[in-house]
Amino acid sequence: MTDHADHSHLSDTELRVRALESLLADKGLVDPAALDAIVDTYENKVGPRNGARVVARAWIDPEFKQWLLRDGTAAIDSLGYTSTQGADIVVLENTPAVHNLTVCTLCSCYPWAVLGLPPAWYKSFPYRSRAVRDPRGVLREFGQDIGDDVEVRVWDSTAEVRYLVLPERPPGTAGLAEDELAELVTRNSMIGTDRLSEVKKNQ
Amino acid sequence: MSAERNLPTPAELPAMPRDADGPVFAEPWQAQAFAMTLWLHEQGHFTWPEWAERLSDAIAAAQADGDPDRGDTYYLHWLQALETLVAEKGLLTSDDLLRRKAAWDRASHATPHGQPIVLPPDA
Repeated sequence: MTDHADHSHLSDTELRVRALESLLADKGLVDPAALDAIVDTYENKVGPRNGARVVARAWIDPEFKQWLLRDGTAAIDSLGYTSTQGADIVVLENTPAVHNLTVCTLCSCYPWAVLGLPPAWYKSFPYRSRAVRDPRGVLREFGQDIGDDVEVRVWDSTAEVRYLVLPERPPGTAGLAEDELAELVTRNSMIGTDRLSEVKKNQ
Repeated sequence: MSAERNLPTPAELPAMPRDADGPVFAEPWQAQAFAMTLWLHEQGHFTWPEWAERLSDAIAAAQADGDPDRGDTYYLHWLQALETLVAEKGLLTSDDLLRRKAAWDRASHATPHGQPIVLPPDA
């Protein structure tokens, strides 16, 4: 090794990324400014708040909720949160009798347009494999003890279909405005590893 | 249920990593790899199902190589899949990538710390 502290150092991975980007840019296949704009969008503009606003709207507007459950892609598009990956979004309603949990067993397909990018645990093999084999156990690890009288449904995302869980509206929120309701909606409640009524009680 | 006999039971599976709402990208290169993929897809160089298949393959290969696959290596798999797909689509060759990577390595070693690293024009 001829490594010295006085020169710059790039990791092997950083070198690979630089090689890829500079070659693609040389060939006119990527535009560095456009890449910066994509990064800015996902780091700063898209995040679970988009999904929270979809959920809050569904809680206060029964017609929107019906549309959302019938055609999630179009209803979400009407609020301006459009996926560029061409995947349909199917919205799953949690009820006192049914709890929905979403996962991508193969990779980490995720409804980016409404939830931003997925957390590390969602991308991990343990979650991807256990969510299907033992959903109730996974939910317990997230602090959710789902009673035997509640059916747990697990939905495996694909490149063509992503899922968004519509959590139950927590009790005691009848007087809240749409914006205040959106504040209550957690990312995990829209993945299905969280129930908002439980969160409220534990706080 | 003999079909399930080879699958690990829940107790045999490793624990899930937990995290708070951290930044979506742990390092800048992850963001760059992510953005290149989205851009190339949006420009029509590959379909999203094609991408998802390469990513799944890269993850499966890393697992077979002993990666515990706890979510922290996700963008490494992502980069691997992107390198594979751009070569497969004829956008670049693996040789191009290796040569350019070596050029960046030389440039980084020739650059004093704290200054931007630039490639010489003949790289």
